[in-house]
Amino acid sequence: MHNIFVYCEIDEGQVADVSLELLTKGRKLANELGCKLEAAVIGHNLKGIEKEIYPYGVDVLHVADDKRLAPYTTLAHAHLVVDLFKKIKPEVALFGATSVGRDLAPRVASKMKCGLTADCTSLVFGDHKDNKSGKEYKNLLYQIRPAFGGNIIATIINPDTRPQMATVREGVMKREISDKAHKGSLKTIKTDEVLTDELFPVRILERHMEKKKINIKASPVIISGGYGVGSKENFELLYELADVLGGEVGASRAAVDAGFADHERQVGQTGVTVRPKLYIACGISGAVQHTAGMSESAKIIAINNDPKAPINELADYSIIGNIEDIIPKMIKFYKQNTK
Amino acid sequence: MSFRIIVLAKQVPDTRNVGKDAMKADGTVNRGALEAIFNPEDLHALEQALLIKEERKDAEVIILTMGPPRAANIIREALYRGADKGYLITDRKFAGSDTLATSYVLSLAVKKLAPFHLVIAGRQAIDGDTAQVGPQVAEKLDLPQVTYTEKFTEIKNKEVSIQRRLERGVETVSTPLPALVTVHSSAANCRPRNAKLLMKYKHARTISELQEETKDYTEMLNNKPYLQIDEWGVADIEAGEEQLGLSGSPTKVKKIENVVFAAKESIVLSSEDNDIDRLMKDLIDSHVVG
Repeated sequence: MHNIFVYCEIDEGQVADVSLELLTKGRKLANELGCKLEAAVIGHNLKGIEKEIYPYGVDVLHVADDKRLAPYTTLAHAHLVVDLFKKIKPEVALFGATSVGRDLAPRVASKMKCGLTADCTSLVFGDHKDNKSGKEYKNLLYQIRPAFGGNIIATIINPDTRPQMATVREGVMKREISDKAHKGSLKTIKTDEVLTDELFPVRILERHMEKKKINIKASPVIISGGYGVGSKENFELLYELADVLGGEVGASRAAVDAGFADHERQVGQTGVTVRPKLYIACGISGAVQHTAGMSESAKIIAINNDPKAPINELADYSIIGNIEDIIPKMIKFYKQNTK
Repeated sequence: MSFRIIVLAKQVPDTRNVGKDAMKADGTVNRGALEAIFNPEDLHALEQALLIKEERKDAEVIILTMGPPRAANIIREALYRGADKGYLITDRKFAGSDTLATSYVLSLAVKKLAPFHLVIAGRQAIDGDTAQVGPQVAEKLDLPQVTYTEKFTEIKNKEVSIQRRLERGVETVSTPLPALVTVHSSAANCRPRNAKLLMKYKHARTISELQEETKDYTEMLNNKPYLQIDEWGVADIEAGEEQLGLSGSPTKVKKIENVVFAAKESIVLSSEDNDIDRLMKDLIDSHVVG
């Protein structure tokens, strides 16, 4: 009762990275409250999955293993999670902000009539006093997220409803094994008793999943482009520079929306969070929504023709000018001066 | 009975075009400088409804929006593009609603329009980016949900097939009707306004708007009843007041910080050769690259 809960998503037979990141965060939150960390895995062929999960400090793992539960469909997973919440009454429940988590968590929150905050970038405990009623709350989960297109940072709380639910994007939290030898207890959910045909109205007819191919998170150098790059053709310059420097190409949301780059390259609140050695921001103005995903880069270079662009404030170097002039010069110098 | 499609849409501040005038000198947002627009993914949702209407003669597209009186603008925008009717859900008591309270209101309004076949909404709105309202309305109505729709691949009387855009792939699913569907930005763009429909609906007004008009609309509305945009408040949808606005919202905003960019030591360079050369030399010398 009143523990921290994490919904563990399965991705190609393994626990998704984002879920392991949430377990890491969940363990820390549980230590602060002095409570347990519980998790659930819902899917099929899950034998042995606990070995992957326990080292992250999970005390109680609930497993629902049934061939009807994979691939994911909304109603069945939502039903199992709601059922579990009614039994274990968690204090906090965390979900990955993935296509699964963002489909599932709101459905669960609506059923539980509890608050849910999407895409949090930070989760900490803090106290609260309601000014109207004077009621005081200890250890509420502060759910911190950018809003309004990233121009404000909001701290959201759910004072009176439980669980306090939040989703977090992949890469936002750190992933860390807490204890390799840690063992939790396994609780099997008897799916035959809880799953009915009515929970499967949506049938999956076809699925084409692509392997994770681009992983800009792992790249030490990222050349990112924004709307200011101007066109898909101009993005080619970024690919050239990335190629020469041994990096990857990233993009801002505006550039992805404009069709200049694929979504998997998107850096920022609604994309991935990156911490490369070098981040070169080309034609990016620097809305917080973007900077939230790259501000921890070791070195930042901004290339922009607007000397007042907010990104310049964050940059170690800001170059004022056009990328069409500047990038070829960078490539030329680099090629001439390295082997 | 017609094949009734209800499109949920929201009027939002255009947070994508936060230009120079939208940032104040202290680095915070000047909200007044942001234009109120039709939420982009809701336009994709409207287009999906209009595509079904092209395929099925019996389809009827109803646009539903919850917001302040000026949100009537997006109902007109939908009528100009081919929607058949619009409802504005507006009441001061809705102010401060989070996604749960909002989905409660929308679900009551949708219920009032039953029987229907499909409820279609954009995946998320650009002011909050939560993507929660669609699934929450579906839950309140006890409907199956299909999120991230890219296109409808088959429309039958009691079932539709849908292609979904997931993070790393596509999935085709079928769902029985009625169902709630949210539409992804990778779906077809919305068609532009139609000139004939623009002429037909340019005088479409809500009751609140008529009260502000100097022109007398009585005769026009008698002759052309379709120009009346219905307005529903708390009483019309029979909402429980404790489930509305701030009291109906489990999430509370504890704190809002305008983002002010913290200045740090920054070297400003030009695009001249020697500036770029010096930068690249620094990067190579410090082993950041190479």
